[in-house]
Amino acid sequence: MIGGVAWSTVGDLLLRHIYLAGVPLLLGLLISLPLGWLATRYRWLAPPMIAGTGLLYTIPSLALFILLPLLLGTRVLDDANVLVAMTLYSVALLTRTVADGLGSVPGATRQAATAMGYGELRRTFVVDLPLAVPVITAGLRVAAVSNVSIVSVAALIGVSQLGQLFTEGFNRNDMGPIFVGIGACVVLALVLDAGIALLSRVLTPWLRAGVAR
Amino acid sequence: MISLTWQWLVDPATWTGPGGIISQSITHLRISLVALLLAALVAVPVGLFIGHTGRGRWLAINLAGAFRAIPSLGVLFVATLLLLPRLSGNLAFELPVVLVLVLLAVPPVLSGTYAGVEAVDPAARDAARGVGMTEAQILWQVELPAALPLLLSGLRSAMLQIIATATIAAIVGIGGLGRYLIDGQASRQYEVMAGGAIVVALLALLVDLVMAGLQRLVVSPGLVVAKEH
Amino acid sequence: MIRFESVTKRYPDGTTAVDDLSLEVPRGGITVFVGPSGCGKTTSLRMINRMVEPTEGRILINDEDVADRKPARLRRSIGYVIQHAGLFPHRTVLANVMTVPTLIGWDKGRARTAAMEAIEKVGLTADQASRYPAQLSGGQQQRVGVARALASDPEVVLMDEPFSAVDPLVRTDLQNEVRRLQRELGITVVLVTHDIDEAISLGDHVAVMRQGGHLAQLASPGELLTEPADDFVASFVGKDRGYRKLGFTETQVEADPERTVSLGEDVPAGRGWVLVADEQEQPLGWVDRQGSGGPVQEEELHRMGSLAEVGDSARVFLDAALSAPSGRGVVVQDGRVVGTVTPERVLEAIRAQGGSDG
Ligand SMILES: Nc1ncnc2c1ncn2[C@@H]1O[C@H](COP(=O)(O)OP(=O)(O)OP(=O)(O)O)[C@@H](O)[C@H]1O
Ligand SMILES: [Mg+2]
Repeated sequence: MIGGVAWSTVGDLLLRHIYLAGVPLLLGLLISLPLGWLATRYRWLAPPMIAGTGLLYTIPSLALFILLPLLLGTRVLDDANVLVAMTLYSVALLTRTVADGLGSVPGATRQAATAMGYGELRRTFVVDLPLAVPVITAGLRVAAVSNVSIVSVAALIGVSQLGQLFTEGFNRNDMGPIFVGIGACVVLALVLDAGIALLSRVLTPWLRAGVAR
Repeated sequence: MISLTWQWLVDPATWTGPGGIISQSITHLRISLVALLLAALVAVPVGLFIGHTGRGRWLAINLAGAFRAIPSLGVLFVATLLLLPRLSGNLAFELPVVLVLVLLAVPPVLSGTYAGVEAVDPAARDAARGVGMTEAQILWQVELPAALPLLLSGLRSAMLQIIATATIAAIVGIGGLGRYLIDGQASRQYEVMAGGAIVVALLALLVDLVMAGLQRLVVSPGLVVAKEH
Repeated sequence: MIRFESVTKRYPDGTTAVDDLSLEVPRGGITVFVGPSGCGKTTSLRMINRMVEPTEGRILINDEDVADRKPARLRRSIGYVIQHAGLFPHRTVLANVMTVPTLIGWDKGRARTAAMEAIEKVGLTADQASRYPAQLSGGQQQRVGVARALASDPEVVLMDEPFSAVDPLVRTDLQNEVRRLQRELGITVVLVTHDIDEAISLGDHVAVMRQGGHLAQLASPGELLTEPADDFVASFVGKDRGYRKLGFTETQVEADPERTVSLGEDVPAGRGWVLVADEQEQPLGWVDRQGSGGPVQEEELHRMGSLAEVGDSARVFLDAALSAPSGRGVVVQDGRVVGTVTPERVLEAIRAQGGSDG
C-alpha cells in the first residue's frame, strides 16, 4: 500500500497510462514523418500544414475526449477516443519538429549526397533523417512529457489510468492517492524524457565524437 | 446528434443570461487573463535576467522541464483540497485554479523570454554597450524589443494551454466554458457537451488570433523582415 | 592623444592578452593595430573605451585617465564600429544612427538632423534611412555602422575589423570612404585588422603586435616596409615587401615624349605600337602598326593598361609600364597624355633614389 492505494493498482494504472500516452506518441511520429517530409520537400505546403496541425492544439483535451465519440461513432468509454486524441496532439507537435529537423540538414550535405547518386527517397532515409535525429528527438521529448500530463485528464470521462487516482482522491477528500498519482506521472514523464534522450545519444554517435575532441 | 448540437448552439437562450455562453466566456477569459498576467509577472523578469546575464539558465531549463511533467489535474485537486477549507467566497474556488494555470504558463513564458534575449545578435549587444548604453538601456532598448517575437510566442502558447486547462477547472465548481462539458456529462446532455467543446475551441482560436494581431502591432517590422531573409 | 602606459590585461582564465603595452596614438590620422589572430588587438582596442578593464597600467585620452570616467559616458564620446556592424534589427537605419545623439540627450530634431547628415556622409540615401537593417546589403549595413559612430561628432572612432565581413570590392570602397571621412573630419581613427595589406594601405601609423600582446613596432607604413624592426615584423609584412614598398616611394620618373595619333588618321606600317588619343589628348588605347598600315579604326584598339598620374608612387608607374601592351606605360596629368615610361626608366628612377631609403 502507498498513500492508501494498493501497489498493484498503481502498477495497473501505470501500465494503462503508458499504453495511452506511448502508443499515440509512436503513431504520431509515424504520421508526422511523411507530413514533415512533405513540408520540407514542397516549401509552399509548410505554412498551411504547420498552421493546420497547430490548430489541433487549440482544442482543449477534455473537449476532444468528449467530441471524438460523436465523430468516430465510438463508445464514450472506448480507449480509442483517448488514443486518437493523443495521436492528434502528438502530430500537432511533431510535424513541425520533423520539418524543422529535416530543414536543419545543411544544404551542402544534401547536395553532396545527391551528387554521389543517392535517389531522393534513399537520401532522405540514409542522410537527412539521421542528421535530423537530434531535433526530432528534442520534439519527441516535449511531446512525451505533455502526453503523460494530458492523458490524466481522461479520468474525467472515466477512462482509467493514473489520472483516476486524482478523481478518486478528490471525491474521497483524500490527498494520498492524488500525491501517488502525481508522483507516478512525474516519474513516468521523466523516465520517458530520459529514455528518448538516451536513444538520441545512441543514434547519433558522431555528435559525441565532436564533443570529446 | 449533430443537429441537436446545432440547435443548442443557435438557440439564443444558450447564449444569454447568467449561465449563458457569453457570461461563461467572460468568466473563462477573466480567469485565463489573470493567470497569464501573473505568470508573465513572474516569468518575464526572471527570463530577462537569465537571458541578459546568462546565469541560472541550466536551473531554468530543468525546472521548466519538471514543471511540464506535473499533471495539472492532480495539482488542481490538491490545491483545491488544501485551499477550499481555508478561504471563503469566490476566491476559495478561483485561487486554486489560477494557481494551477500560472504553474502551467510559467515554463513557456520563461523559456520564450530567455530564448528571445539569448537570440539577440551578440554583435548588436556588443555595439549597444560600445556606444554607451547602460545595462538597463541595453535591456530595455535592445534586448527586450529584439526578444519580443519569441517572448510573445511564449505568451501565446501559454494562453492556449491556459484556456484549454481552464476548461478542466469546472470540475472543482467554478464557472467558465468547462461547465458545459462537466454539467453536460452529469446530465447526459451530449449536445451541451459537444456545443461547449466547440465554443471553447473557437474561443481559443479567437484569442490566439487577437494575440497574433497584437504581436504584429508591437513587434518591429525590422524583425519580421530579418526573419524572412 | 591616446596613450597606453604599461598596460597589461590578464583574463580571469589566466590568458595574458596584452602584456606591458606602451604606445601613443597620435592625434588625427588612422592608427592601425595589426597582428596575427589572438595577439590581443581587440583587447587593446576595447580597453580604450573600457569595454575591457586593464589589469595593470592606464590609458589616457587627452591626458585624462579613462578609468576616471563613467564607462557609459566615456563610450558615448567615442565612436565604435565592429565587424558585423551590430545594428539594432528592430530600429530603422535612421533610428540606429540616432542612438548616440539620443543617449547624450540631444533633442529629437537635433539628433535627427545630425543622423541624417551622418547617413549622407557615408554615402547612403535618405530613402535608405527609413529602411530596416535586414533590408540592406552587408556593405550598406557596415556603412550604417560607420554613420552611427560618427553621428555625434566624436573626436575618436574605434573600429574592430570593420571591413573583414564584406567582399573585396565593397571592402575597397569602404576603406576609401573611411580614409576620406577621416581626412574630412580630422578625427582620430584607431582601427584593428589582421590584414597587413589593409594596415599598410589605410594606416598613417601602423602598430604591429605579436602573440601575447607585445608591441613589435609602431611606424609609418613606408618605414615598416623598409626598416622592419625584427624578423617577426619582416615576415609578417611579407615576402613582396620590397615591391609593396614602392607604393610609398615618391619617385620623380621623367616621362618620355610620346606622339599620339587620332582615330581615322592614316598610320603607315612599321611604326610598331602607336598611342591613340582624342582631341583633348585623352588616351583611348594602343594600336599595332608593325605589320600593316592604314587608317586607325576604333575596333582595332587594344586596351590601355593602367595609367600613371604625375606624382603617383613608383609602384603605380611600374604597374603602368608592365600592363601596357606596348611596354610603355601612359603617364597623364589631369587626364591628358604627357608621355610614356618604360619599366627600365622606372627602375632607373628607383635606383637613383635607392641610396636614401635603403
Ligand atoms: N573574455 C576573454 N576571456 C579569456 N580570454 C580571452 C577573452 N577575450 C580574449 N581572450 C584571449 O586573449 C587573447 C587575445 O584576444 P583578442 O581578442 O584581443 O585577440 P585579437 O588580436 O583581436 O584576435 P583576432 O584577430 O582573432 O580577433 C586570445 O588568446 C584570446 O583567446
Ligand atoms: Mg579581434
